[in-house]
Amino acid sequence: MNTNNQAEVTADTSAKRAVMDRLRTTPIDVPALPEIDLDRVIEFEDPIAKFSEMLALVGGQAHVVDDIAEVKTILDQIDVYRDARRVVSNMPEIVEGNLDAQMIDDPHALATLDWTIAKGEFMVAENGAIWIDGNTLPHRVLLFIAQYLAIVVDRSAIVSNMHQAYDRIDRFDGRFGVFVSGPSKTADIEQSLVLGAHGCRKLQVFII
Amino acid sequence: MKLPVVEHPAAAKDFVTDPDRSRWHDQALWFVRSKRDKQAASLPEWEYLRETASAIKTHTIANLPDYLEQFERNATAHGAIVHWARDAEHHNEIVLRILQQHDTLRIVKSKSMLTEECGLNPYLEAQGIEVVDTDLGERIVQLREEPPSHIVLPAIHIKKEEVGQTFHENLGTAEGASDPQYLTEAARGHLRNKFLLGEVGITGVNFAVAETGGFVVCTNEGNADLGVSLPRVHIACMGIEKLVPRQKDLSVFTRLLARSATGQPITTYTSHFFGPRDPGSELHIVLVDNGRSNLRDKEKFRAAMHCIRCGSCMNTCPVYRRSGGHSYRATVPGPIGSVLSPTRDENSYKSLPYACSLCGSCSDVCPVKIPLHHQLLAWRGELVGKKLLPRSKRYSMKAVSLLFQSPLLFKLAGSIGRTALRLSPRWLTHNRLNKWTIARELPEPPKESFRQWYRRHRNEK
Repeated sequence: MNTNNQAEVTADTSAKRAVMDRLRTTPIDVPALPEIDLDRVIEFEDPIAKFSEMLALVGGQAHVVDDIAEVKTILDQIDVYRDARRVVSNMPEIVEGNLDAQMIDDPHALATLDWTIAKGEFMVAENGAIWIDGNTLPHRVLLFIAQYLAIVVDRSAIVSNMHQAYDRIDRFDGRFGVFVSGPSKTADIEQSLVLGAHGCRKLQVFII
Repeated sequence: MKLPVVEHPAAAKDFVTDPDRSRWHDQALWFVRSKRDKQAASLPEWEYLRETASAIKTHTIANLPDYLEQFERNATAHGAIVHWARDAEHHNEIVLRILQQHDTLRIVKSKSMLTEECGLNPYLEAQGIEVVDTDLGERIVQLREEPPSHIVLPAIHIKKEEVGQTFHENLGTAEGASDPQYLTEAARGHLRNKFLLGEVGITGVNFAVAETGGFVVCTNEGNADLGVSLPRVHIACMGIEKLVPRQKDLSVFTRLLARSATGQPITTYTSHFFGPRDPGSELHIVLVDNGRSNLRDKEKFRAAMHCIRCGSCMNTCPVYRRSGGHSYRATVPGPIGSVLSPTRDENSYKSLPYACSLCGSCSDVCPVKIPLHHQLLAWRGELVGKKLLPRSKRYSMKAVSLLFQSPLLFKLAGSIGRTALRLSPRWLTHNRLNKWTIARELPEPPKESFRQWYRRHRNEK
């Protein structure tokens, strides 16, 4: 299969035997793995409200919209969207992009991307996170290289906590998936929070 | 290799004798600790999560060989190439071999305490490879040619004016600029170029899952993701203790990690990787022992392998907060570092278990319930047993032990002490030879001993 001239780097397992032997010489007897009792963890009566509250806390903005046309209207009110030159949309039925990421081979070509509109699979109320399935992205860098990010997610797709979230992706068979909670941020200079470290500067979430 | 002996009090001296910096550092970390408290209190099941996390880790470390093999099998099935490194040097050699095979000259690296522990950066730089740390805090300390002083907040000891000066010299920002927004923006532009030029991306691993062969990397900046989504080769370096058995176990740890670390409900990006990006890409996973299997053999300290590197024990530690991370002279400072470092080299790090007031705050905040202050006390016992304590301490401890065993001697010493306190001139106690009195005054001598007081009151009745 590998037709390029680069020889494949083989695994160095020369130390495996030594490490495993050392580990096996000390058998340790302990109880079985615990199971999380879902009755003992928090659930929210109004998960959408909790999600929006938590998303605001982590620097993102939630928009609950009744009609998909509203998404475009809201985006058009944002200066940096109106001025955007290069937009990739993975949800063209909701917002049109002007760049087809499928046609791009090398992800480096996306360096000057202004906006990405991505599809979120579901929301997590307790921490404002959204699960994004890497299979929906022609290039995974789309999420991280765009100056601004918008995620569109179905309002019925929500769970209260991370235990329910992992239940939902139990049979995930993609190569990449990510929980995104708010825009890229850092507080590495004197604990001052700055949004837009390396990834998106702002995050809009449309709940439809 | 013989390591130099770390004397924590001497190493901390510059930091603690600068009261402004020491106080500023103390408050910055206490602010982070307070944010952690707020998040912990927001979940009624917090203690339940800690107990579960601890039980999962105890189980995993006990069954580590089986889970490692399961992980290797499943990761390989996804197309990853899994390497095994016995120690730091071997780890560095493995990484270098991969880089050489790809004729790599420039790499971008997200935060990994493991590569810090292994000294990967200087090793690669000596081979002519440019290593760019992409986490903002790590980039700051890298430009200043310093090690990180905290495992989550690498530049927590540096003031914004100092960052401004470093950026002015290295990135050409305006002289005297110290606005974090401005400086972060400058770093963003500088690092964007580095990301685009990076030929290989290196990341650490927060959690690896045995049943899926996948792993998770958590960042707030998005630097790990940006660093590995552009080049065709991703190298992920992990200690063998990073495993969890099942994917659903991640639910417990992702709820605890960021809340404990920085008081966020979760990190901005919690990325799950399963094999290489596409058929034209490569994913290398390097499993590193470097003393971990040794630590596992030590029953008293085994629980230290539960550590998920959140840094909460540092943020709460009264010694760490006032003496700064560099005073530990170890990759991992603070309470957990003071437990881990002596397992590597007892003699070199023998002063670290004493850089502790045994207040127990670290054990209270640890999300995986490592009994840190008990382990620090246990270390002191080990060190005394191995005669690694300085003579002055060893003999004085022996003397005190004799004193407490003999009521007569105790009575006599008390009476001498009370008289001496009254009569001895100040120069006798406050001089160069007595370190104890550097910042302390002797107490007012009591008029009588407790025994005398007790006898008098009994007789009055």
